[in-house]
Amino acid sequence: MKRLTSLVAILAVTFTFTAETMAAKKSKTLKNTQKKGFVRCGVSQGLPGFSNADASGNWTGVDVDVCRAVAAAVLGDANKVKFTPLSAKERFTALTSGEIDILSRNTTWTLSRDADIGLTFVGVNFYDGQGFMVRKSSGITSTSQFKDGISACTNLGTTTELNMRDFFNSKGISYTPVTFEKADEVVAAYDAGRCDTYTTDKSGLAAQRIKLSSPDDHVVLPETISKEPLGPVVRQGDAVWEDIVRWSLNTMIEAEEYGITSANADSMKTSDNPAIKRLVGAEGEMGAAFGLDNEWNLRIIKQVGNYGESYKRNIADTGILPDRGPNELWTKGGILYVPPSR
Amino acid sequence: MNNKIKRFLPQILTLLFVILIFGFLTFNAQINMDNRGIDFGFGFLKQEASFDIQFSLVEYDGLDPYWWAYVAALLNTLLVAALGIIFCTILGVIVGVARLSPNYLIRNAAAWYVEFFRNIPLLLQIFFWYYAALRALPLPQDAEPLLGVSYMTIKGFYIPAMVWGNLNIFLYSLLCAIIGIFVVRIYAKRLQENEGKQLPVFFISIGLITILPFLSFLLGGVTLDFDLPVLKELSATSFTYEGGIGLPPELIALTLALSLYTATFVAECVRAGIQGISKGQKEAAASIGLTPNQILKLVVMPQALRIIIPPTTNQYLNLTKNSSLAAAIAYPDLVLVFAGTALMQTGKAIEIVSITMLTYLTLSLAIAALMNWYNKRIEIKEK
Repeated sequence: MKRLTSLVAILAVTFTFTAETMAAKKSKTLKNTQKKGFVRCGVSQGLPGFSNADASGNWTGVDVDVCRAVAAAVLGDANKVKFTPLSAKERFTALTSGEIDILSRNTTWTLSRDADIGLTFVGVNFYDGQGFMVRKSSGITSTSQFKDGISACTNLGTTTELNMRDFFNSKGISYTPVTFEKADEVVAAYDAGRCDTYTTDKSGLAAQRIKLSSPDDHVVLPETISKEPLGPVVRQGDAVWEDIVRWSLNTMIEAEEYGITSANADSMKTSDNPAIKRLVGAEGEMGAAFGLDNEWNLRIIKQVGNYGESYKRNIADTGILPDRGPNELWTKGGILYVPPSR
Repeated sequence: MNNKIKRFLPQILTLLFVILIFGFLTFNAQINMDNRGIDFGFGFLKQEASFDIQFSLVEYDGLDPYWWAYVAALLNTLLVAALGIIFCTILGVIVGVARLSPNYLIRNAAAWYVEFFRNIPLLLQIFFWYYAALRALPLPQDAEPLLGVSYMTIKGFYIPAMVWGNLNIFLYSLLCAIIGIFVVRIYAKRLQENEGKQLPVFFISIGLITILPFLSFLLGGVTLDFDLPVLKELSATSFTYEGGIGLPPELIALTLALSLYTATFVAECVRAGIQGISKGQKEAAASIGLTPNQILKLVVMPQALRIIIPPTTNQYLNLTKNSSLAAAIAYPDLVLVFAGTALMQTGKAIEIVSITMLTYLTLSLAIAALMNWYNKRIEIKEK
């Protein structure tokens, strides 16, 4: 009899244990992250508004906030993130080789990247497009004024390099591409006059303009020559981890939609709206599928804030792009639209 | 039997160990690539590259496949390596000889140059030339003409291009001159051996190589025109030069840094080679009545070269491999274009990195083979 009880007990314990960590077991990345106690996140080498480190090494930006959100969800603390600055060239190898677990580095979602190289894009946290920056004094106000022989500085190994070619070829303009590995080198080359124009994603142009010796002497041309949906990326083959990152981002966007902010998140627990209650862990079992507790999303909103807060803090208030443009919620004329958390 | 086992067992075990390690690495890479859904294969080389290269020696366009981008990038690497080897040899020989000069100023200037340039990391020197020296050049519209036809600007060095008419006739005449020089040299050698007479081979050679090509202009209908670079306005404040040849500043900075750095090592090899010849040799040569020029040419140099060549080969190899630092300053070499852009666009990291590594290995082995052949030719032939 005694034996039987202990057997049942052991079975029960094993069972509950299994049930609890089913997701964790399925996700090696989640297990490793929880064991290590920090999220390994790949970011840029310094792009104001997206991922930028201040003098004391604190990272800020909308890309950084995605990683912080995941840390808040799986570890309970948004600061438990180890950031690895990566060049455009290094980023995918760092992710596929397992050096980092999330790549949140203004990376454009394209078919070949998603399908070919062992990556999975989980969503879009910034809708962007490629543009050109020129000197105001050049008198150029539109890309139609570009002439044969123009030299264009840009980053190595980006979609920018391909779009630039498509653009100049379709216009029949001969050009000289000058490609650098680091964004700072591109900016320096353009600033010194090595190139006539600097081309990259418009958000990047706006952010890098601040770094120029006299930002007011430069202007971003109105034309957008490509679609650049930027978003976080994970390794292929870990569906649970992929879901965690995707829904961490979705939670931030949906929280803004329902008006849940870092300040009012706790009080929203008693809201009458079940959609809001689900977003703050007061209703449903929204974390179980990920192997997380029920308040994972509440922690994201409380510690990182909703998407709007993140945008305002990092991009609008810093003067990079005060106007949200397409990155406004769908309810307010933008195209930010995420599936419901239920 | 026992002895045989003793002899071969360690070697077989070592071999097995090496095979096992390589097998494990390959196996591991395969498993991990399978897990992450990455295919292994070289099919991408035939796909359209769809990116442009800043400048290339061959006709390259984004519509060309990746393997052609590889060729264009490889040629850029070879170009900078060849330029670097030529300049570092010339400068290295001059400085090496200068270090042995009896003139105090020349000797010490050479010593200072060597100590200064070889003790600063090469990457820093490249940065210096590119970011400090060449970035300080004027914009195209402000550039003063050099010799009235060339312009040094921040966008590059623009020089006149040569436009040839009947270039083939000119080349044939040059070829004839070179063959003529060889014939004269063989004849002179025979004359010296048989009759003890000496021909002024050097002056005859100079004469041949100038007169024949010159005649091709007069009689062969060869014409040479210069296509001068002309300032072109791109917009109110940005200009460029059209026509002529534009050497990108990246190429100039890289060539400068590589040559100046490697020349210090070559100079030391040259100095060691000359100092390695015992004084007795020179004195003996002088005692049989050879002039100082003949001593250098017939006695010192042939022996010194044997000491100089092997370590200089190493320097050439280093220079070629160091040229991969080009990636730091946007010079479109193999590393920047192929192991950079192409790798990024295809995501074929393992394939592209192994091709790149193999390429550098092949380049180095080829240079080493060439230098070994030359070394064999000049080494003492013991009878």
